[in-house]
Amino acid sequence: MAGHPSTYEPQYAATKWLDQRLPIIRMGADFMTYPSPRNLNYWWTFGGILTLCLAVQIISGIILAMHYVPHVDLAFESVQRIRRDVPFGWLIQPMHAVGASMFFLAVYIHMFRGLYYGSYKAPREMVWLFGCVIYLLMMATGFLGYTLPWGQMSFWGATVITGFFGAVPVVGESLQQWLLGGYAVDNPTLNRFFALHYLLPFVIAAIVGLHVWAMHHAGQNNPIGITPKTKKDTVPFHPFYTVKDAFAVMVFLMIFAFFLFYLPDSLGHADNYIEADPMKTPPHIVPEWYFLPFYAILRAVPDKLAGILLMIAAIVVLFILPWLDTSKVRSMRFRPVARWFFLIFVVMCFILGWCGAGTPDDVAIKLGTKVVEGETVPSGLTFYRLSQIGTIYYFAYFLLILPILGMVETPRKRPDSITQSVLGDDAIVAAE
Amino acid sequence: MAETHNSETHNGPDDEGKRDFIHLAAGAAAAGAVGAVAWPLVAQMGKAADTLAAGSIEIDLTKVAEGQQLKMLWRGKPVFVRHRTAAEIAEAENTDISDCPDPQTDDERLVPDNAGNLRPEFLVMVGVCTHFGCVPVGEAGDFDGWYCPCHGSHYDTSGRIRKGPAPTNMAIPPYTYISENVIKVG
Amino acid sequence: MAFKSIKTLLVSGAVILSGAAGIAYAAGGGTGDYKMKYQDWNFKGAFGSYDPAAMQRGYQVYREVCASCHQLKHVAFRHLGDKGAPFYNKKYPNPNDNPLIKNFAADWMIEDIDSETGDVIERPGIPADKFPPIYPNDAAARGSNGGALPPDLSVIVAARNNGADYLYNLMIAYDAKKPDDVELTPGLYYNPVMDGGKIAMAAPLSDGLVEYAPTMVEDHGEMKEVPAPEATVEQMAADVTEFLAWSADPKMEQRKRTGFMTMIYLLILSILVWFSYKKVWKDVEH
Repeated sequence: MAGHPSTYEPQYAATKWLDQRLPIIRMGADFMTYPSPRNLNYWWTFGGILTLCLAVQIISGIILAMHYVPHVDLAFESVQRIRRDVPFGWLIQPMHAVGASMFFLAVYIHMFRGLYYGSYKAPREMVWLFGCVIYLLMMATGFLGYTLPWGQMSFWGATVITGFFGAVPVVGESLQQWLLGGYAVDNPTLNRFFALHYLLPFVIAAIVGLHVWAMHHAGQNNPIGITPKTKKDTVPFHPFYTVKDAFAVMVFLMIFAFFLFYLPDSLGHADNYIEADPMKTPPHIVPEWYFLPFYAILRAVPDKLAGILLMIAAIVVLFILPWLDTSKVRSMRFRPVARWFFLIFVVMCFILGWCGAGTPDDVAIKLGTKVVEGETVPSGLTFYRLSQIGTIYYFAYFLLILPILGMVETPRKRPDSITQSVLGDDAIVAAE
Repeated sequence: MAETHNSETHNGPDDEGKRDFIHLAAGAAAAGAVGAVAWPLVAQMGKAADTLAAGSIEIDLTKVAEGQQLKMLWRGKPVFVRHRTAAEIAEAENTDISDCPDPQTDDERLVPDNAGNLRPEFLVMVGVCTHFGCVPVGEAGDFDGWYCPCHGSHYDTSGRIRKGPAPTNMAIPPYTYISENVIKVG
Repeated sequence: MAFKSIKTLLVSGAVILSGAAGIAYAAGGGTGDYKMKYQDWNFKGAFGSYDPAAMQRGYQVYREVCASCHQLKHVAFRHLGDKGAPFYNKKYPNPNDNPLIKNFAADWMIEDIDSETGDVIERPGIPADKFPPIYPNDAAARGSNGGALPPDLSVIVAARNNGADYLYNLMIAYDAKKPDDVELTPGLYYNPVMDGGKIAMAAPLSDGLVEYAPTMVEDHGEMKEVPAPEATVEQMAADVTEFLAWSADPKMEQRKRTGFMTMIYLLILSILVWFSYKKVWKDVEH
């Protein structure tokens, strides 16, 4: 996994013996001495933060699984029991729930980082692809896990999402019922969702291994996107980046703790404190915040199958991004036009999220008033129209802007090396 | 490994062909075995016997007063029995269905009783939005029928989709009149 | 650089927004002309805690008024005597020994099986029991309430956006004037706090409905008497809200205390790590 010459020298007879048979200490040592670009900024600390998130979710999840009962009659009650009676259950249950949100918060920042600094470009396509797979698995795990407390949002979220499979032509209904294990979301569904929710995080952990391996093989990207040329361009991972990551983790943990202890319910929905009722759909069903942009894309077209295909396309387009962006310049620091389009892209993602939370026919941006049946009502851009604008930009950014811009944009002058950028060019140092 | 490669029995074009066939046959047989093992592993996720057996329910129509709706759980989904008012029936029958996304006359959505007569006052349907499976709210929406709170599909008094993302009308479950006022669903 | 500062703004905005979204969501309104009366709940805020006297009176309101229809199925009697709970008494660290809790439990009849005869019997409750069902099943509950199912109240405050204010206003808003466009069928009442303005529960509270007595609460290790306030509708609504807020989130005080310690610890730790970081990178320009 190292991708750089090993400098590990076993000191003792026992470690020498082990090194010849299973060089596992060497692997760890090479990992720690991995030469990292010396100019990595705080956006690069999210890899470490995400590793921590995965660990928190797996550990708290295994603990919860020891107390949780995956049965439609007992699931809701068992969560209440965890919160009321299990020692430290009041801490561990919200930790897992808030942790999921924190995990997605970190992964989105990590992904925007990759988009801005061109971390998906050659030779790091495999790093990016494995990252996309991890994100996809995270979405699946998040969705499966949200079903388990068996509240109203759990139940109806599961109903709506598994309904996507029903839209597949011809085999849709059979496929959907096969996934559910029945005609509707019920006990067989809850049981299998629990089993898969327990499994997938370990698959994620395995793919994280591949993600890191691919990254070490290709070398880390850095804020200027120039490949390290000499030893002066790099520093060993430990202690330089372990300590920097540690500091970032502390700051992240403070945000995590703030939500966990003071606003544990703010990232969820009140409706999920109502036990699932297959006879009654809550009046306003929305997914968790981290799915809202995709939910807005789903609702941006008034056709069921087209909406689903568009939503899938929104994720697929991430997978093919390395072959869409034609620019040879990695970092947008040196792409004066692209960075503004990137900024609009980030804003559009937030707008899509806002649309996902809103009711499609409501007015999002008020531009005036109109009279309907004798009543004055606000008029303007509805969430529906706004989500269409957001969706168009989302796809245009990947399918039009990045491919075309790479061919027409004149990049700024780039430094020759990381060392020069750090020590030589004052303007770039100021930009840091 | 190296020794077998050098062994003389592997020389000659006839042997080459025979060996390919042997590998192909062995490979095909192995693939068949994998398939045979995989099938039960995949099929186990389908509906279990007890789920399939949770068959039919009987509904006494006299319990539903005019203008009221009964909700019963059938196969994990709600079944609506709506005792429609004269106005609702008239609205359902006088709709120009050529504009509907899923054209169906009101009569096509009813099942005749034992005497062969349609009973338009009783509308029986699966109360599940055909978009993503939410339960629509009654006496709501732009067409006085049902309105789905999830993604804003509007159904009319016959349960036909009129506006919104749902592709088809609300489904009519298989049901029969087993006596004058009792139906059996499923 | 303009771009840089916009980016920083955006990121910090995103973090705050993701939190604020949940809070903004909570601010629900009423229908008609009714103006929500927002209370300054003492359990809100980073250091907020429940008022034991209010919770005790709230339990009395629940027991004498709400409990005729609404269950508290996730709450056990012993929970009432836990630390941070309405009837906590330092003398009885194990709430099962608290005579007050024993009395509350014995006040309810619990369905059980006679271990010798196998007959279904009813016995007085013990602290380990949970609040028993009011109706044998949901169908019976609907039957007794004109088709409407009285919801379980264990987590009702968490199950509504801005639940405490919702619940309080729901109980005091019955006097509001009904707009003409809300049509009520028999068995429904007007309540502006409900979605659509219709509710199947008649006004549950009226002035003087409950006879408040002075309450004994734990205060710095001593039991102190708190005089009884007048049992107005507003007072009873606020008290029962306080009680149900506790039942929805009984570990809140413990969580906030732990949170405070955790934040302080993390702050000190991050300062230490910051200096460690500075020291490691001291001689390396980056």
